[in-house]
Amino acid sequence: MGIKTVSMVVLAAAALFATTTLQADEFTRADLDLWQSQYQAAVKKGRQVFTDPGLGTNGVVCAQCHPNAANTHPETYPKFQKQLGKVATMAEMINFCIMNPLEGKPLALDDPRMIAIQAYITEERRGVPLAPGKH
Amino acid sequence: MKSFNRRDLLKGAGVMLAGATLPVSLIEMAFADSSRNFTFAYISDSHIQQIKGNRFVRNWDRGLIRAVAEANLMSPRPDFIFYGGDIAQLGKKAEIDHGLEILSGLRDKVYYVMGEHDYYLDLGEYWRSQLGPDHYSFDHKGMHFVVLNSILTYDDWTHNRWASGEERMGVMAGLDDHRGSPFMVGAKQRQWLQKDLAKVDINTPVTIFSHSPLQKIFRNWNFWTEDAEQIQALLKPFRKVNVFYGHVHQIQYNQIGNISFHAAMATAWPWPYPQSNARAESYLPKLTVPMNRADPFFERDATGWQYIDIHSGNATMHFSLPDNAPRTVAFNPATGRPEDVTYQKHRIPPQFHY
Repeated sequence: MGIKTVSMVVLAAAALFATTTLQADEFTRADLDLWQSQYQAAVKKGRQVFTDPGLGTNGVVCAQCHPNAANTHPETYPKFQKQLGKVATMAEMINFCIMNPLEGKPLALDDPRMIAIQAYITEERRGVPLAPGKH
Repeated sequence: MKSFNRRDLLKGAGVMLAGATLPVSLIEMAFADSSRNFTFAYISDSHIQQIKGNRFVRNWDRGLIRAVAEANLMSPRPDFIFYGGDIAQLGKKAEIDHGLEILSGLRDKVYYVMGEHDYYLDLGEYWRSQLGPDHYSFDHKGMHFVVLNSILTYDDWTHNRWASGEERMGVMAGLDDHRGSPFMVGAKQRQWLQKDLAKVDINTPVTIFSHSPLQKIFRNWNFWTEDAEQIQALLKPFRKVNVFYGHVHQIQYNQIGNISFHAAMATAWPWPYPQSNARAESYLPKLTVPMNRADPFFERDATGWQYIDIHSGNATMHFSLPDNAPRTVAFNPATGRPEDVTYQKHRIPPQFHY
């Protein structure tokens, strides 16, 4: 490859980069509304999952013990769980509840229901300062 | 005042229960003439939940079975047992029947109050067919006891909003369901109460049993009775009044004028304290030292039952917790209010809820 060719490639890349930067910077009110509505849809789905007797096998729902998702403490994760002997994430604790009080099967971490539950729990707790590790 | 410790109470337990502890609430009523003192046990909120056919949620069954076993081991024997409501989760006959079958193991007379989970499917029809009227009074050892159905609500909500009893029950069963409606005793029962109390001497200690708190703590979760002030006004003439309630699945206590309030733990599961809901204002009595935050890995933690000693019309509440130190809340004559005998001034980290 000659010097001339390299220069051309560099120029082309620079042009492309400039264009991309310009586009990434500009998001509109419509974009913001879309992102918020996507998030709120996850929160709404999360509330449905949180009150779904079919999430486990015995009809018990998350909201039975956690009205308004209280006592879930999303702002405190990750934190050390003495019962597990390690630092755990909220998703692991959600699966603990699904497997034990709900007598169900754990969800994959990328299961849309797992994501929705976390969106709902965190939305109920909005405004509370982050406090990772807190007990 | 005679105090019982857990060992005395359970000395009949023997080897079988060595190392185990029991979930009950025991209440001792004591008088200046100590021969009038007596004790009763308080079991509440079992939420027996049918899965299908003869399958029920094991966790809730175990809580009630344990409370019955432990209450049967109490020594000295309680004068009676009070059941604080919510036998069932969704008000079904199968759930009430299964709960009553477990409760039939109790060796003592049991009095019952109606909970919303027993009521909103069929408006209490099956419960009443098994247990009788939902409001009544009785006298015991110089005290007057009144049982109220405090979980009624506005007629329009009850009768005109829902396609079926199942739908209505489902909404009321969701503690945080915004389509719910505040609890109340209602005008009819208040008139009955006024009449019932008219024949009681003001020096007679009066004890009220209700499912919901006859004080306003947190409306969103119905830790609340809409006409609480009107009931309190009817109780005001009496020298000494105790109110015992279930519903909240946690230790609460308070003093308003002449009235001492005590809540019972559930046998099924504990509920968060209202301040754990970051998005709403609540009024947990400042007096209350909360029970320890529950360990989710031990399914009986923060559940239990209580026994109550009545002295001079004042109650001492003993909470039996399976995985924590037992709690005792006793009336302090110096301050004129119930106080935790150990933790009132020295809370420990698990008692801070957020």
